[in-house]
Amino acid sequence: MDYFLQQLVNGVTLGAIYGLIAIGYTMVYGIIGMINFAHGDIYMIGAFISLIGFLIMGVVGISYVPLALAIVLLMAMVFTAMYGWAVERAAYRPLRGSTRLAPLISAIGMSIVLENYVQLVQGARVKPLQPIVHGAMTISSSANFHVTISTLQIVIFFLTLVLMACFTYIINYTRLGRAQRATEQDMTMASLLGVNVDRTISITFVIGAALAAVAGLMVTLYYGVIDFFIGFVAGIKAFTAAVLGGIGSLPGAMLGGLLIGLIEAFWSGYFSIAYKDVAVFGILILVLIFRPTGLLGRPEIEKV
Amino acid sequence: MANPLTRPLPPFAAALRDAAVAAGVAALLALPLLGFRLVDSATGLTLDYRFVWIAYAAGVVFAGHLAISLAQMLWGLRIRPQKATRASLFVGHTDRNQKIAGYVIIAIALVLPFFPFADRNLIDRGTLILIYVMLGMGLNITVGLAGLLDLGYVAFYAVGAYSYALLAQNFGLSFWICLPLAGILAAFFGLMVGFPVLRLRGDYLAIVTLGFAQIVRIVLLNWANVTGGPNGIAEIARPSFFGLPMTPTAKSGETFAQFFGIPFSPMHRVYFLYYLILALVLFAVLFSQRIRKLPLGRAWEALREDEFACRSLGLNPTTIKLSAFALGASFAGLAGSFFATRQGFISPESFTFIESAIILAIVVLGGMGSQIGIVLAAIILVGLPEWFRDLAQYRMIAFGAAMVLIMMWRPHGLLASRAPTIRLNHKPPP
Repeated sequence: MDYFLQQLVNGVTLGAIYGLIAIGYTMVYGIIGMINFAHGDIYMIGAFISLIGFLIMGVVGISYVPLALAIVLLMAMVFTAMYGWAVERAAYRPLRGSTRLAPLISAIGMSIVLENYVQLVQGARVKPLQPIVHGAMTISSSANFHVTISTLQIVIFFLTLVLMACFTYIINYTRLGRAQRATEQDMTMASLLGVNVDRTISITFVIGAALAAVAGLMVTLYYGVIDFFIGFVAGIKAFTAAVLGGIGSLPGAMLGGLLIGLIEAFWSGYFSIAYKDVAVFGILILVLIFRPTGLLGRPEIEKV
Repeated sequence: MANPLTRPLPPFAAALRDAAVAAGVAALLALPLLGFRLVDSATGLTLDYRFVWIAYAAGVVFAGHLAISLAQMLWGLRIRPQKATRASLFVGHTDRNQKIAGYVIIAIALVLPFFPFADRNLIDRGTLILIYVMLGMGLNITVGLAGLLDLGYVAFYAVGAYSYALLAQNFGLSFWICLPLAGILAAFFGLMVGFPVLRLRGDYLAIVTLGFAQIVRIVLLNWANVTGGPNGIAEIARPSFFGLPMTPTAKSGETFAQFFGIPFSPMHRVYFLYYLILALVLFAVLFSQRIRKLPLGRAWEALREDEFACRSLGLNPTTIKLSAFALGASFAGLAGSFFATRQGFISPESFTFIESAIILAIVVLGGMGSQIGIVLAAIILVGLPEWFRDLAQYRMIAFGAAMVLIMMWRPHGLLASRAPTIRLNHKPPP
């Protein structure tokens, strides 16, 4: 039971990270119907900027951890959001209204560019970071097993919850959110009614990239090692999460992320670490066979 | 007199301003990742500064942006999407030229080894390109003809390679028996992936095939006592010329050189492999050309255009999709087993996602469904980068950027026009 609880804590932490990345996929897919293949690499760039940010904090001499965390978080979100914006502007916008496959190929190309760019300028070696957030709480303990939840894990839960709340508010109650939902439903009609479609799509990429940057920061702190290749696997898993939850659905992305995190944690805890990704993709295939629209997705009604 | 602030700038000034804006954005983007460098040191990670690189990045972007704007002004070069029009896909006004070009390419490929400049390097490169042409032909059936987006095509390539390697090592079967077996096994895997994803369409299919390819790779990496894990399989049997080994000496019987009474040369095998893959490619070309004229091929293209119309006409989407998956996969199986015998060594490293991306890029950049397009795209994407092997990292950046740029320049691929499978001979009613 204790072991179960511990895996649950770990799984939810992982799930929060996947969920934040998945939102970027699901939003972009919802609005322009493309798989933003480079999104995983945007997350990787977020992780690198966070790591560099922490080292800058060390150089500048800000040693009060919450302050350093806040500054790095802001910095990572701003710069990563700019990368997200630039990728959309350079590689996707010129292709709008083109064939269905063209943006996908362009996105795969962009993903290759970003990965190799980071490898080139920061080196291929794995980058380690000393733990910054220390401390842990024991929530339940028996004779030989303590279930602990680290301060970092609490920070991750808390941060994810706050971001999700802000994000839900933006989508549901602001002018920008309304423009986004309108663009998602019908791009032409939205533009006729005075919604600046190009800007709305840009902002979607910016928000997605900023959330991915938060996920990147969390991963840097949580695992303590990053390299230029982390974006690929995390990207596919987050996309899997988005599909699992029902692509286009924002609560679905979070739920899917959580499920993927839990599956991964429990599978590595009870079966084998080596095959955890097989479990994730296996579940994805099963869900799609029995519920092709994902868990929270709306059924697609096709008209002939 | 208009307000000078709102008056539109002359074109050159506008180009300068846009380039300056782009350079500013580039400088900001470069600030965290180019301006600082993570350095490993004895005490852990430290930072290094190289702010001058930011200036380089901004300068390069400024010059590049300005150059493109000027080129657009001077020569009307447009990098803008062409609108997707259905008609452009089906007007086959260049199919005669393409046919001639096809024969020319085949003729060049056939005599390539006899050219005086054809050294071993060139033949090896040609062989590599032909492997990708073969893979492109296979994926073209799935993506180009049947319209099923497969992002995990490399899995079938891996299945082909490993099935040859394992059959040859464990059962001592010869290449010529394994080749069809590898194709059949890969087709079987194609059915396995195809079956659960039949109800899915478009992008769901893409992600499931991607996941499947990852599963295959993870199994290959971890099932060490069969696949050798990350170490792969080495010393895979090389192919023989209908039973005549291409080695200096034979364990039993004659070698290839002895049989023909010519001195042994290591080049024999290089030539042999080149012609072997060329034959496989020609088979694939012929096969896909002919099958487009069969009911099955017509059904694939009909399914791609409109699944509902297909169903209404009594076609069974299940069998049509499965056959496209299986046939596409079997080509990858053949290519995979050729790859294994050529390299003599395989490991999961050869079957990563990037391979799938390259093959898909070849099909899409070539212009979906165009066979000459596939050859051209394979030469551009696989052949050209080989010349720049020394610049490995820049090479991959250039490769990715080329994918983006070609998509902007020609979203329908290099050769977009393709011959209609069937043409109505009378004019449509007005």
